Amino acid sequence: MSVENPTTAPESALLAGQAAQSPSEYLQGYLKRVTSGDLGSLPIILGLIIIAIVFQSQNQNFLTARNFVNLIVQMAGITTIAYGVVFVLLIGEIDLSIGYVSAVAAVTMTLLLREPGGWPWYAALGLALITVAIIGIVQGLIITSFQLPSFVVTLAGLLAWNGVVLIMIGGAGTVIIQDNVIIGIANYFLPPLWGWIVAAVFVGGYILFRIRQVIARRSQGLPTTPMLIVTVQSIGLAILAGIAVYVCNLDRGVPFVGIILLVFLVFFSFLATKTPFGRYVYAVGGNKEAARRAGISVQKIQVIVFMISSTMAGMGGIILASRLRSVDTAAGGGNLLLNAIAAAVIGGTSLFGGSGRVSSAILGALIIMSVENGMGLLGLSSGVKFVITGLVLLLAVLVDAISRRSRSQSGLA
Amino acid sequence: MVSDKPLLELKGVSKRFGAVQALTKVDFFSYPGQVMALVGDNGAGKSTLIKGIAGIYPFDEGEVYYDGKQVHIHSPKDCAALGIEIVYQDLALADNLDVVANMFLGRERVLPLWRLDEASMEKDCVKTLDSLSVTTLRSVRQPVASLSGGQRQAIAVAKAVMWNSQLVILDEPTAALGVAQTRQVLDLVRRLADKGLAVVLISHNLHDIFEVADRITVLRLGQKVREFDTKQTNQQEVVHAITAGQLEQVPGMVKS
Ligand SMILES: Nc1ncnc2c1ncn2[C@@H]1O[C@H](COP(=O)(O)OP(=O)(O)O)[C@@H](O)[C@H]1O
Ligand SMILES: [Mg+2]
Repeated sequence: MSVENPTTAPESALLAGQAAQSPSEYLQGYLKRVTSGDLGSLPIILGLIIIAIVFQSQNQNFLTARNFVNLIVQMAGITTIAYGVVFVLLIGEIDLSIGYVSAVAAVTMTLLLREPGGWPWYAALGLALITVAIIGIVQGLIITSFQLPSFVVTLAGLLAWNGVVLIMIGGAGTVIIQDNVIIGIANYFLPPLWGWIVAAVFVGGYILFRIRQVIARRSQGLPTTPMLIVTVQSIGLAILAGIAVYVCNLDRGVPFVGIILLVFLVFFSFLATKTPFGRYVYAVGGNKEAARRAGISVQKIQVIVFMISSTMAGMGGIILASRLRSVDTAAGGGNLLLNAIAAAVIGGTSLFGGSGRVSSAILGALIIMSVENGMGLLGLSSGVKFVITGLVLLLAVLVDAISRRSRSQSGLA
Repeated sequence: MVSDKPLLELKGVSKRFGAVQALTKVDFFSYPGQVMALVGDNGAGKSTLIKGIAGIYPFDEGEVYYDGKQVHIHSPKDCAALGIEIVYQDLALADNLDVVANMFLGRERVLPLWRLDEASMEKDCVKTLDSLSVTTLRSVRQPVASLSGGQRQAIAVAKAVMWNSQLVILDEPTAALGVAQTRQVLDLVRRLADKGLAVVLISHNLHDIFEVADRITVLRLGQKVREFDTKQTNQQEVVHAITAGQLEQVPGMVKS
């Protein structure tokens, strides 16, 4: 038996405090959050504007349709890997194996496709992803069963999977991909009309979702976002999507891989914010003990998250291989691992667990890759590129730390 | 609604942490409609007893009876399934989640397609908080990290009573609260018992205990030393039992 339900106070003091939001009150609330340090995506958007101005003033080719399409294709691999990184960071862990795990998937798939006697593309892709999913489960089980730091276990993974990649490729050096579907992942562009159709579906889905949310809250007598705000935000999204499709269609069209990024974004955002699983991921990252006492199987959540991380790394590796139309002994190396982690962090996901969003992967990757893309256009040396990318990461972490401090001072942290 | 059968009964439970014998053959019970206070010095084993009931650190030996039947509680889920809710001393709220998410943590309502039913959870959360007169919150959608100590405690208590629980256990619920908020929580504790729930209250404040408790169990160094009827004892006697208590000759025997 419980003390509440039967006699519902007709006027809830709590509800009265937050009910009846007018658009201007909503805006005031937003401004208040921003001025007290809850900046949301504002620093990223500001950063992108600055990047655009700086590079465009140096090189007229930066803000062109061609380069915009290039950028989407260039960022696809690390964005996909970074989606998985977000989940690992949310539970307060780290996965250093993702670089070479991505290569394991790419090499597995490529070798299975090799003629003669090559597997069909879906079987090769499926088995490659299952393989890396199992790698993630095993690493997760080792970390959680023996209470080892994920840093160490996945560092061992980094070394071991690098070795496995070298062994698998053997003397071949480079293995070419000949399957057209797999090559199409990163090299196919939608015909103009299809670009528009896809954009319409996404925007329509968003509007439907917002309206359903308002209806659900209204039916429970809860305060809702004002319809005017929902309308303005929907129109804003429609305009953004329209511009993106228009610009892409000026060049080769919307890259298929861009659609893949959006689908992952929607799917993982849903998983993180709308499902019990996502709720538990945040709970484990915020207070492991509280999660345990609430009856959540912490180990299960952790293992699943490491599986997601490995699987998305594998998917990212396959996208990268598709773009290059081959794999070689350098696959998964270089700064792939660090770029993927940096993308999630620059996008606003905390390294300390419990705070961040799936969209930080795509926003952070957009920053990193547009800087890299711009510096490429300017013909800067790799040394200069690394230094500048490092400074961008430092700047992002500083902005986050400063906004966090002002948030905790205003009691919002 | 005072029943003559205990709802919860522990017989000879023990718990050891490495070299520390935290509990030694403790007997304990709690009746519906009564507040049973659990007192003892720091390290006496109060929290360990609670965590044993909760299934967080299951007992090494002894028996647990619930509603007359022997039960085996191995996890917090088992405990909740029986109808036992616990408010921990260290609050066990996730700071990064909002009030609604914390109140429903581990027991979310789900719609088709594995979606959280946020609207209905928010509504019932508001309802429960209103019924407990917890009205100082700005919004139930603010993260718990932004709440004051009293507000956090109120959320933790509300979380425990929102479920159809039969037994509510509170581990020092007023330790960090001011006078007014302590008052509110004590009123709430009494109200729970008057509604027929069995309540176990751990507290250091004997004044509070004498105000709301029906019986008092005293632990010392992991052993049960005495059990009092609040009406037939006084603070001096209880303090003496806490600090220099002798074991009763027949463990578990009640003088009434
Ligand atoms: N998880 C644990 N590991 C080791 N020792 C513990 C643990 N929990 C409690 N103890 C020990 O058990 C004894 C009883 O502690 P506790 O139940 O917290 O006492 P109380 O709540 O009465 O202050 C203490 O000596 C404490 O140090
Ligand atoms: Mg204690």
